[in-house]
Amino acid sequence: MSLLDVREASKNFGSLAAVRGVSLSVRAGELRAVIGPNGAGKTTFFNLITGAFRPTSGSIHLDGRDITAVAAWRRVTLGMARTFQITEIFPELTLAENLRISFEVASGLRLRPWISRATAAKLHRDVEEMLDLAGLAAKAGRLVGELSHGDQRAAEIAMALALRPRLLLLDEPTAGMGEQETYDVAQLIRRLHRDRNLTIVLIEHDMRVVFHLADRIAVLDQGSLIADGTPAEIAANAAVQAAYLGKPNDAGAA
Amino acid sequence: MKESGRTHPAVLVAIWVLLLLAPYWLGLVGGYTALGARVLVLGLAAMSLNFLLGFTGVLSFGHAAWFGLGAYGTGLALKWVAASTPLALLLGTLLGGALGAVLGAMLVRRRGIYFAMVTIAYGQVFYYIAYRWNALTGGDDGLRGFSRQPLEIGPWHIDIAANGVAFYYFVLACFAAAVALMALLLRSPFGHSLLAIRENERRARFLGIPVEFHIWIAFALSCVFISFAGGLYALLNNFADPNNLHYSLSGDLVIMAVLGGMRRFWGPLLGAAVFVVLQDYVSSLTTNWMSFIGLLFVAVVLFFPRGLLGIARRRSLA
Repeated sequence: MSLLDVREASKNFGSLAAVRGVSLSVRAGELRAVIGPNGAGKTTFFNLITGAFRPTSGSIHLDGRDITAVAAWRRVTLGMARTFQITEIFPELTLAENLRISFEVASGLRLRPWISRATAAKLHRDVEEMLDLAGLAAKAGRLVGELSHGDQRAAEIAMALALRPRLLLLDEPTAGMGEQETYDVAQLIRRLHRDRNLTIVLIEHDMRVVFHLADRIAVLDQGSLIADGTPAEIAANAAVQAAYLGKPNDAGAA
Repeated sequence: MKESGRTHPAVLVAIWVLLLLAPYWLGLVGGYTALGARVLVLGLAAMSLNFLLGFTGVLSFGHAAWFGLGAYGTGLALKWVAASTPLALLLGTLLGGALGAVLGAMLVRRRGIYFAMVTIAYGQVFYYIAYRWNALTGGDDGLRGFSRQPLEIGPWHIDIAANGVAFYYFVLACFAAAVALMALLLRSPFGHSLLAIRENERRARFLGIPVEFHIWIAFALSCVFISFAGGLYALLNNFADPNNLHYSLSGDLVIMAVLGGMRRFWGPLLGAAVFVVLQDYVSSLTTNWMSFIGLLFVAVVLFFPRGLLGIARRRSLA
């Protein structure tokens, strides 16, 4: 059974149909890319999945459970974590504090006015491990708002991972990154997918990253799903080429 | 968690030594013990407000409402319920805290300026109730006819009613308990969730924090703390009046928090000390003392947006 199941989801903003009847099914362990030209509705689609918006029609299912009416914060507790196109972090706290808060919430401690030494030590170890995984150990004590763009993006992914998600949604993780940073992030995503068997849905504009990483690719154009298949199928798809890949200048643009 | 803005232990020791010895050194610099108690009470009020302002990122500009409710509640309890200082303080705190929790639940969906406007409106509602309800509150003349009672703790009799120094230490003990609880909360996972909301509400929500619920709890806690301060204020003056609820006092509390540094735990206490001392000294020289506070406030906001403690911190890092 699929982990994430979007059925005929639509979202209208006034007279603008941002997402039109999109259905998408993501198996556990899959890495699915969502691509499409700017304004295709990719981020709106993410917002429907994660509960930032309620769909105008259609439904969202996680593990067979209808979560269409479930609040965004509660979807996180059900195992759904996301990053944003424009980095969302806690800028005036240190990197370690950013991760610490993520682990506290993930451990169900968010309302606790006090924790034991043992719990605090466990949280400390979790933070250290995550810093190592994200390659940010040397920057633990720095304010996150003062880190480089690439490090901030990596920090946001690390915060999402700290939530121990079953489904990770990444909105343009390499946006605004240079060659090396893009490569590093792509390798991180690959490790998470391969080594941890994490299910990932990824919006991405960098086609090298998409075709390098994705098991399957879904293509949105003007709010509609125009193709869904393996990288080879998508590369050969005439509709996709017309809408998107046929214009090579768009392929590398952010 | 290693706090980004944790107070240096030496500073902490200095603060407590100064507070503990205040009755002995205040006189040497031209002050008096009641002035010290006033700084503590208004400092606690400003720190309670800052629990929201500086640590949750929520703009409450009508916080005098809960301060005044604590004051009236304490005064009325002493006058009509029982001649017991601790009981009166408890009832005053419960009155402000309970009303704050109920009314706070209705405003947690508002944000920014809309939140601030509703808090001001709440304050003015209670101000006019106190102003108009002569029979209960004494109206414009204020609530009189009560006075703080000596403490009877087991075999000990502590005369905080007549002895100003004893009362100062009573206020200091109350202040210490409230501030310790506040510090404990801010260091806990719950406190961290408030920092998260202050820093980035959207990120907080998508970490799995129900933001409105946490703001509501923070608001209610802040109301409990400031009502407690209000109760102490009524005991200090043996008097409560509508100005304890007025938005100009709310504004003064915001000024204290910002002046001292709202990202710093102790900032509002420093702000309250500067405010109260300036008010005391300058108002004996000129009735326009508020313009001096205003000038200082403008200078701090323009040049040291992190407040007076923020300056000290920048120096120590350099």
